[in-house]
Amino acid sequence: MSASLVLASFSGAVEFIFAPQESNVTGGKEVGGFDKTMELLIGHIEVTVLALAIALLIGLPLGLYLGHKGRGELLAVGIGNAGRAVPELAVIALVATLIGIGMRNVAPALALLGIAPILVNAYVGVRQVDPAAVDAARGMGMSELGIISRVELPLAIPTVMGGIRGAAIVIVATATIAPLAGVETLGDFILNRNVYGENGLLAGDYEGTYLGSDGLP
Amino acid sequence: MANPALLAAAGEVGGDFFKERSSGTLPCQANETHLFCFDWAKENIDRYGTPTMQHLELVLFSVAIGFVIAFALALIAHRTRWLQPPLLAATGILYTIPSIAFFFLLLPVTGFGRDTAIIVLSAYTLQIIYRNTMLGFDNVPDSVKDAARGMGLTNRQILWKVELPLATPEIIAGLRVATASTIAITTLVVLISAGGLGTEMYGSNFNFPTAILIAVAIIALMVLAFDLLLLGTQRLLTPWRKARPR
Repeated sequence: MSASLVLASFSGAVEFIFAPQESNVTGGKEVGGFDKTMELLIGHIEVTVLALAIALLIGLPLGLYLGHKGRGELLAVGIGNAGRAVPELAVIALVATLIGIGMRNVAPALALLGIAPILVNAYVGVRQVDPAAVDAARGMGMSELGIISRVELPLAIPTVMGGIRGAAIVIVATATIAPLAGVETLGDFILNRNVYGENGLLAGDYEGTYLGSDGLP
Repeated sequence: MANPALLAAAGEVGGDFFKERSSGTLPCQANETHLFCFDWAKENIDRYGTPTMQHLELVLFSVAIGFVIAFALALIAHRTRWLQPPLLAATGILYTIPSIAFFFLLLPVTGFGRDTAIIVLSAYTLQIIYRNTMLGFDNVPDSVKDAARGMGLTNRQILWKVELPLATPEIIAGLRVATASTIAITTLVVLISAGGLGTEMYGSNFNFPTAILIAVAIIALMVLAFDLLLLGTQRLLTPWRKARPR
């Protein structure tokens, strides 16, 4: 890990994704290649989808409910601010140390990072809905649950989607360091530099960035 | 955690960590599942000095650079309205690049170490500070600006004597969020050998909770301290707001 490290080129990294190659650190053993990349990519997507689903299941109903009731503004704002200040590495480290490794433990931990943006955006989105629309729906005899799901949620969709997107970015990014807690993701290429070499580092990184920036509309 | 490659990777960062932990005669060593080992904490608290200072240094540099750039952009956009959407989009794109990937993307250009860390960290603060500064400017009532103009103030005077003081709460709010998230993201710069408190988490190889918990506690204190400091600054800069109950 010295500063004078010879770094891989872009083309080297792209080759690494598609064809196995000898790295400068493995002493002739071939690493990388399309199959390995796919395996890690699937692992990455798997843990991301699982974590995002958990975050959605917890964050969305809670945010919608608090926004509908107009209660718990302090709670929502507090969760939003605290969520930004949580160090991702600390979450992964503490889960690996105290609870255990593997998908079952890591996915809920990643979900924890995604709950804050989803909850806050759902809350803000529902609060921004025109009260007249809600009153009209209530006057038409809609139940409270109907108001939430058929009036407030559709009107708040742009804001809610913004929150889901933010959560997805955080989770995809943090899944990169999930190999530290025993879940094989694309971060494996980056973190195990002494296995995959410099080309692997860049390859994993390009893929991770691509997933993160284009994964969701 | 029997992944030899991982052990080796962690060893590169905190190789001496394991030696120090295993050579002593501390009572809680036999049982690594201790949630918190006070004896180890007492003996080793000084090892957190350097990482904490590095962490502080990185945060201060990054937020300061980010603030100067974002504030300058906001002033430009404030004067030339048509620049606002492209600037918001540009800072927004920087913000959507996943943090860990961003560090490694810059490696071929700027190499391992502090420079890369500061570039990435300050890029992340741009969006938050820029957006809040613009929000602050937009929230200044037109009537106040008209009154200032009626009193004979020039555009420059209106900006510095009327708009900026009235926008201060929003600007400081942006700085508070930016500082808190920068303190959190700075734990990751250990991956590009730039130090910081992440060193102590990464180096513990994730089987010794005490080391990680101490680092987390220091980070939490740092977030709290910066938040109070900025809140105090806001009170000092906008004394007229004290009279108004919240």
